[in-house]
Amino acid sequence: MSTKTIGQEFIKGLWDENPVFRQLLGLCPTLAVTGAVINGLAMGLATTFVLIFSSLVVSSIKKLIPSQVRIASYIIIIATFVTVADRFLAAFFPPISKNLGPYVPLIVVNCIILGRQEAFSSKNTVWRSLIDALGMSAGFVLAMLVLSAIREILGAGTFLGYQVMGAWFEPWIIMILPPGAFITLGILLALALHIEHRTKSRK
Amino acid sequence: MELVAIFISAILINNFVLYYFLGICPFLGVSKKIDSAFSMGLAVTFVMTITAVVSWVINHWILIPHELDYLKIVSFILVIASLVQLVEMFIRKISPPLYQALGIYLPLITTNCAIMGLALLAALRDYGFVEAVIFGFGSGLGFTLAIIIMAGIREQLDLAEVPEPLKGAVIALIVAGILALAFNGFIGMIK
Repeated sequence: MSTKTIGQEFIKGLWDENPVFRQLLGLCPTLAVTGAVINGLAMGLATTFVLIFSSLVVSSIKKLIPSQVRIASYIIIIATFVTVADRFLAAFFPPISKNLGPYVPLIVVNCIILGRQEAFSSKNTVWRSLIDALGMSAGFVLAMLVLSAIREILGAGTFLGYQVMGAWFEPWIIMILPPGAFITLGILLALALHIEHRTKSRK
Repeated sequence: MELVAIFISAILINNFVLYYFLGICPFLGVSKKIDSAFSMGLAVTFVMTITAVVSWVINHWILIPHELDYLKIVSFILVIASLVQLVEMFIRKISPPLYQALGIYLPLITTNCAIMGLALLAALRDYGFVEAVIFGFGSGLGFTLAIIIMAGIREQLDLAEVPEPLKGAVIALIVAGILALAFNGFIGMIK
């Protein structure tokens, strides 16, 4: 059982245990769909949906799952909610679903989700698991937003499709291509590590 | 000719790691030594080729005829997870030396999004059987190529002086970015 207060349980997902910047989990979607803010946001929200509902279900039935087959059970639960998210996007937001392509079904192998079930929901109450899932999702959405905002503004001069840079601005095409994803994430990680070192040495 | 195009583009142009960002975890995790990178690449190529065959059969013989398309995600992930287990047991029985080489990397592959991505991409593009197999094999080779190049660079990086905040995953990501830039040069090789 975790001894943190509910508030701490939520906040830890944003920075101390941020899934992308601190734990380096779920990097595939983070790199792949952050070429435009709208895609990054949609991916973040779809992952949020799957994480919250998987955590709810896993923490409610944790006593019924035999520990030998727990990973397989988690995967089936996660895959069910991923299917729901995938169908929902395809039905109501076809253009976004088309942009994200195979990356929505691939949420099923996102290590953030399986990791939270194994490390948290299987050991904690439903209420705590919900807060933990909310915090982790918020951290993930935050990471997606930062990365996609940097890439879209520098790579296309737009934010959510609106022009934000003046006519003088020459878009850096490289930022919306695959190499830009790797390099931007690398620089952001370096920044996160640097802040970590600073706050540690001050304590 | 069509098949050659699929093969070449799976290896070089639409490289799984550097273009689709699939399989980043092993790409960063198992790329510290060339030997282990080679074994990982071999294991991935092997499983990818088999996955291409099995997922094609499931998709075209079971899911599509019975209009169970919405079960694709659930069935693919289950089949891949059990397939990897089966392959592991099979190799241990048939070829102990191969098991020695691939052993610890096989279970890791279950959680590798490249395998699931391969099954989904092949289904999405509506490949025929032979095309799917070529695509799977080529993608595996592409992964192997990328991870070996990466391991070679990282072995050299051990000797270099890297600034404190850039150590570890950060410098690996930046190197991957430059590598992806180089692979960008292959775009336009096939129309």
